[in-house]
Amino acid sequence: MIKYILKRIGLMIVSMFIIMTMLFVLIRLLPNPVVAVQGGMDAALREMRDAWGYNDPLMVQYGVFLKKVFTEFDWGFCTTMGTFLQPVTEYLISKLPPTIYVNVFSVIFSIPLGVIFGILAAVFKNKWQDQVINVFIIIFISVPSFVYAFLLQYIVGFKLGWCPLVFASGTDYFSWPMFHSAIMPILALSFGTIAGNMRLVRAELSETLTTDYMLLARTKGLTRGQAISRHALRNSMVPLMPSFLADVLYVIAGSLIIEQIFAIPGIGKTYLQSINQRDYSVFMAISMFYVAIGLVAGIIFDLSYGFIDPRIRMGGGKTNELS
Amino acid sequence: MSSPDKNTQYESIPKEKFQFVQLDKKLHDVEFKTKPVGYFQDAMRRFARNKGSVVCAVILLILILYAILAPMLSVYHGYIQDPYYSYALPKFSAQNSPGFWNGCSTQDINQQSYDYYSGIPGAVVELKETYEQEVAGRSQTMYKVVLDSYMKVGYVYFRLSPAEYQAALDYQEETGIQLLYPMINDSLVKNPAYKSDPNAWFLTNQKGVAQRDGNGEVQNIYLTDESSPDGFAYYRTKADGAQYEIRTLYYNWYVYQNGHEPCFLFGADGYGYDIFSRLGTGARLSLTISVAAAVLNLILGIIIGALEGYYGGTFDLLMERVKDILYEVPDVVFMILFQMYLAKKLGSLFALFIAFIVYGWMGTSSTVRAQFYRFKGQEYVMAARTLGAKDSRLIFRHILPNAAGFIITASVLSIPGIIFSEATYSYLGIVNLQSSTLTSVGTMMENGQSTLSTYPHSLFFPAAFLSILLICFNIFGNGLRDAFNPSLRGSEE
Repeated sequence: MIKYILKRIGLMIVSMFIIMTMLFVLIRLLPNPVVAVQGGMDAALREMRDAWGYNDPLMVQYGVFLKKVFTEFDWGFCTTMGTFLQPVTEYLISKLPPTIYVNVFSVIFSIPLGVIFGILAAVFKNKWQDQVINVFIIIFISVPSFVYAFLLQYIVGFKLGWCPLVFASGTDYFSWPMFHSAIMPILALSFGTIAGNMRLVRAELSETLTTDYMLLARTKGLTRGQAISRHALRNSMVPLMPSFLADVLYVIAGSLIIEQIFAIPGIGKTYLQSINQRDYSVFMAISMFYVAIGLVAGIIFDLSYGFIDPRIRMGGGKTNELS
Repeated sequence: MSSPDKNTQYESIPKEKFQFVQLDKKLHDVEFKTKPVGYFQDAMRRFARNKGSVVCAVILLILILYAILAPMLSVYHGYIQDPYYSYALPKFSAQNSPGFWNGCSTQDINQQSYDYYSGIPGAVVELKETYEQEVAGRSQTMYKVVLDSYMKVGYVYFRLSPAEYQAALDYQEETGIQLLYPMINDSLVKNPAYKSDPNAWFLTNQKGVAQRDGNGEVQNIYLTDESSPDGFAYYRTKADGAQYEIRTLYYNWYVYQNGHEPCFLFGADGYGYDIFSRLGTGARLSLTISVAAAVLNLILGIIIGALEGYYGGTFDLLMERVKDILYEVPDVVFMILFQMYLAKKLGSLFALFIAFIVYGWMGTSSTVRAQFYRFKGQEYVMAARTLGAKDSRLIFRHILPNAAGFIITASVLSIPGIIFSEATYSYLGIVNLQSSTLTSVGTMMENGQSTLSTYPHSLFFPAAFLSILLICFNIFGNGLRDAFNPSLRGSEE
């Protein structure tokens, strides 16, 4: 097992390196819009471009890039976005708080709600409670988040006027106006996650409820409630932990579409802007940020599968034996 | 109970104790009275028992028929554009429509706008109330009116050749529908905003408020012409007499040009396309691209997934790393890079399609691979291998048929996913599929989002269509998956 974990982590680093190379080459081949600027910043820009090897061959540029990334964790400089020539990392860190703010609330709502309603659905399987929850699940899993985001915006924000249409500006995160303006994005972010968690919990728990040890627990004299809370719940929650962990990890990733709709100045919106405004350093840095989150989440996921169900051996040969 | 030694004496049973059971009967198998039910037949039967999925399949069929037929049967064909009717509101039928679906909207307007719309025949359907409102310290009369979005376009200027002018004149005499209206004397227009506005045919003050005579009637400022029967000029010659500029009521002119009254069932979008037929065109594209991508992904996925899952080892590890690497690149990065590199050369649509393939084969091949991992370790496969079955036979006769239902339903379930992401990327504006004959549901929504508060219908109908399509597709796909899952067989009864 330890060998497998080490192998996975090693492969993760290799994957990341390959993706970084691919992205770097593809992005540097695109024409860079900011080669020179008017006025006093021109000298500084030229100096910066020299320092980053922009006038050298691609391989040299990549060497410079790797050196800067690994020694100073410097991902480049802003051109069309942020303050001119500001380091990308500094710029992105300033974009993180709104994203985390909205997503933390979303996770706080969506995991408990998803678990509670998922348990309800499994316990009352095929009764009306289950039917109602199922309808909720199918709607919010099928319908794209921007559809209900715009319904929320139109009905709650525009027609009823209960919430501001867009996210409040400023950095006063613990004030009422800020939270008030964040309610709609939080809701829009949460519906899909709640539905997803409900479906997971419902499927896992209803499978557990039909197992033999549940029957044994009832035969021993436990009531249904006792049997569910002491045996079924614990057993069914274990395989769901990785997906909840991934949810927590994705708090820093943000959502492109929700941030765009509600004008949240977070990572997702910045990412879309970096494409439209062709700030390739920002584009590269956020891409790698997303890649890293995805890779780490993937490892957590795969490893926990192995821990939970040792019968599943990832990467075994055709006779299914671990080599 | 018999004693043990009696049982062991079977070797010396006397011959006369034996007798023939069936000496003159023919021995044969009994023919089955019932029809044999194959795997697919059984799956279909179990699918039909799932009411929700069947209903969704029917709705899905209706939506697909709508996508095929709406642009064909509609008089607007999905590509006929009328900028004068941009954002026209939904209207059920030209003659009698229910109150909520008649192309009218209730608006609060000030005196100037009220005078303006009153001058257009049919624009103000109903005056609900007038009230006083404080604006910047001054009291102002406001009007709550119901405006007809089709009529409020009002008058427009057109330039016609003499032949066209004559044809319009003939049509007017023949049908009695007035096309030509008196021209406006520009020198009498007081409000600078109303210069060259064909709807400002009445005398106003400089702010645009109508100047009424003693009887409270507005006074026209038509251009006069002595030679005309009623003394008004009905055209102005342009380009040295080669062209006639006329002033016409656009609603009537529309009827003259198209032979039918304008009536958009779902309203019109910002470009003046009829949303009902345009949505059909968009749905065609969304459905075609997703089904085509799903089929191609399925073929690629089966080939790669089977090789990976069955042989495992180095090839598996290698392909999994390739997948890991590609998979970890967020799909939005793929979309953007493909749009940046390919859209100019091959078109936005093709770039989108390629991105779906490059990203999509990983999903199906992972499904196939997982199925192979699931089945290849099972006893029956081991038994077949022990009996000497070759790899190809194990793959195609033993494992793939067992996994087929699952793989196909997974592929069907991937279709709504592709529609979903197409809509998302179009909505974000990363992919732009807008052209005169081409659009997608997501593109229509992207166009509608900027006017969400004023014209929600241009976003509402595409969103509703997309939602119903995706919900039905998912329920249908889930039903199909359950029906094809052999382990659930018999569990419903």
